[in-house]
Amino acid sequence: MIPELGHFALIIAFAVAIVQSIVPLIGAARNDAAMISMARVASVTQLLFVGLAYAALTHAFIVHDFSVLYVSQHSNLVQPLMYRISGVWGSHEGSLLLWALILSIWTVAVAAYSRNLPDILMARVLAVMGMISVGFLAFMLFTSNPFERLFPAPLDGNELNPLLQDPGLAFHPPMLYMGYVGFSVAFAFAVAALLGGKLDATWARWSRPWTTIAWSFLTFGIALGSWWAYNELGWGGWWFWDPVENASFMPWLVGTALIHSLASTEKRGVFKSWTVLLAILAFSLSLLGTFIVRSGVLVSVHAFATDPSRGVFILAFLVVVVGGSLALYAWRSGAVISYGRFQWFSRETALLLNNIIFLTAAGAVFVGTMYPLVVDAFGIGKISVGRPYFDTMFSLVSIPLLLLLGLGPLVRWKGDSWQRVLKSVWALFVISLVVGLLLPFLIEGELRIATGLGLAGALWVTLTTLKDMFARLAKSRRLPLAYAGMVIAHLGVAMFVAGVTITMSYSLEKDLRMVPGSEYDIAGYSFHFMGTRKAQGVNYDANEAVIEIWRDSKKVGELHPQKRVYSGKSNPMTEASIDKTFFRDLYAALGEELDDGAWSMRVYYKPLIRWIWLGSILMTLGGVLAVSDRRYRQSVKQKISDRLSPAGA
Amino acid sequence: METEKPSTLRRFMPLIIFGVLVVFLGIGLTLNPREVPSPLIGKPAPAFDLPLLEKDGRFSEQDFKGKVTLLNVWASWCFACRQEHEVVKYLGSRGVRIVGLNYKDDPADAKAWLARLGNPYEVVAVDRDGRIAIDWGVYGAPESFLIDRDGIIRHKVIGPLTDPEKVEALLVAARENGMNELVTVLTDVRQKIR
Repeated sequence: MIPELGHFALIIAFAVAIVQSIVPLIGAARNDAAMISMARVASVTQLLFVGLAYAALTHAFIVHDFSVLYVSQHSNLVQPLMYRISGVWGSHEGSLLLWALILSIWTVAVAAYSRNLPDILMARVLAVMGMISVGFLAFMLFTSNPFERLFPAPLDGNELNPLLQDPGLAFHPPMLYMGYVGFSVAFAFAVAALLGGKLDATWARWSRPWTTIAWSFLTFGIALGSWWAYNELGWGGWWFWDPVENASFMPWLVGTALIHSLASTEKRGVFKSWTVLLAILAFSLSLLGTFIVRSGVLVSVHAFATDPSRGVFILAFLVVVVGGSLALYAWRSGAVISYGRFQWFSRETALLLNNIIFLTAAGAVFVGTMYPLVVDAFGIGKISVGRPYFDTMFSLVSIPLLLLLGLGPLVRWKGDSWQRVLKSVWALFVISLVVGLLLPFLIEGELRIATGLGLAGALWVTLTTLKDMFARLAKSRRLPLAYAGMVIAHLGVAMFVAGVTITMSYSLEKDLRMVPGSEYDIAGYSFHFMGTRKAQGVNYDANEAVIEIWRDSKKVGELHPQKRVYSGKSNPMTEASIDKTFFRDLYAALGEELDDGAWSMRVYYKPLIRWIWLGSILMTLGGVLAVSDRRYRQSVKQKISDRLSPAGA
Repeated sequence: METEKPSTLRRFMPLIIFGVLVVFLGIGLTLNPREVPSPLIGKPAPAFDLPLLEKDGRFSEQDFKGKVTLLNVWASWCFACRQEHEVVKYLGSRGVRIVGLNYKDDPADAKAWLARLGNPYEVVAVDRDGRIAIDWGVYGAPESFLIDRDGIIRHKVIGPLTDPEKVEALLVAARENGMNELVTVLTDVRQKIR
């Protein structure tokens, strides 16, 4: 009964979404207050019903209602409660429901926190978000109903893919979706501004905090996914350039360009149509991300759903949303007048360069991800673009990016003298370069240019960022939160770059055949294989190896990698065991049992790998801090009158 | 005050680029995403040496020589293998040499599976950790490789042999390589599964 109620709630939500996407628009056109106020009412009603549907599906998972097809496919009796709850978004249908739920939450949040917005604009923004919701709810109802019944109901269900039973992955999709869907707010604001024909700088101010917080979620979500892959896939890697990963990375790159471009538009009124285009692009790539992951156009280790009818639907949806908004852009952006002026050496130029670099990177990822598809479409053959391509592209892009990241915040808006900036940073530049290039020599007694440049870049960003911060602190004792957020995010980038550089240059790995009692030395650590024992979890049995780690005749840790067999599955899963410290990880993955008690095993030494995720967390934190800035909580109307744009613009 | 009025072309550019992409996505969507042709076609079978499931002894790539062989990658946990098994058994009953590659499976499960469903394989090589399958470019079960009497891989079937299109493609490959007996058998298979 409850699943039917959930299904019914979904249908009502669909109807409400249609109302939400049409009525307020008519209201805005006719200036009809009653119709305009429908936007808020509809968005709250929609959240209520999507929430009900979501609760109904969660309930079916919790009480093991295997008569629901989706539940029987993704959970069984022994699955722990946490993974029954996260099982809701473990596959296609449920993750769409999560998408829709998060979209409703964002919509209501926009309605609630933007009370100071002009009503007509608000109506348009909520209507655009309603249209996106119509698309997703229709997708669910017509092609992927999560409440479909199974008759007769099985006594037990299939299990959720054991790979997905990890806290890192349990929270990865919700975070990622918070980011993806969050970009819909910037998109909705951009489209609403285009619809109104009034594309001034104010829309940038309104959508900026929403975009920044969406970006923070996305950053955190991607970091969680990378952390999961490292912990769970047992390959010791943290990023695989897998199409599914790229699908989340492209919106991140464009989103990063967008938050920087929004800064120029908000502060100086420049790059207006460009920023609108970026907002459309960021959300389009979020939709494309969903498309790539869900339609199976690209082959991937993640291999979720493959169903052409769904793919066709998503493609049609993409055409309407992206094509529609780009057509609107083509039609309306002719009226945009930019009134900001700036010299070639200025913060505006730096931010423009930032945008160019991020879009180049996004373009490179896009080509690398889509090129195989294009080649295929022409029937030339099937190829896959590998790691070397992406690694090379990103090494090339990161050098100018880091150089710019150090310089940009030091350059003033409108125009600056390059002699002044150069004078203030040349010493830092030389120090970074010399120390960075010397470090590999000190670590290993070997000169490595690429490693040295990576470290120099990280050092350069750290030094210039700190220098600027101290210079500001000297002037006033308090730093605005928005500025503090930027500093932390940029330091996060430096930390990330240092982590990537060191991990990629100095990681060691070894495939071993070990008998109990044998030992192996790697990077000054000695791995002693003590033997294996049986271990048991709630829903799996495992062989567990005990490996003691010794350094300088002192035991520093113990690893327990496992080979698990989950109930209901017969192929064993590898559960790596990792000894984590701030400066290095020691990682062991258990292979197969060989003859006479020996086991195949893989061990890794990964220096500074934690910095990759800590750096990402700093970036996330920076975004959150920036949004907490007071100016976003001030009356927006006040601000509009402060910075009224010229008549007619 | 500087005015910036984007030209018409500049305004329509994003829409045009998007249109081109949509066409590609649409074409991409109509193709089967799972079928990546094997780079091994036309190459000798990769070297391996594996124990056998039901008897003592080993199987290596040298053992392909002398007779046309269908190497069938299967596992007891693989549902599609069970569907396909009827076809494999039929091929075996018509005298086609079929060698099994038991992929990432528990030997006990595999034996029980064959005991229950019938064993058409001349021998079954055991690839317990899937390492040999990686050399062969296997990314799932079932898959089947057509290997000629010189030990050269001539065709790869991804997915179950119950699919008429896949059997058709296999038939074409067998015909192109002059494997006349196999062509006859596959023609009958094609009749049966239609």
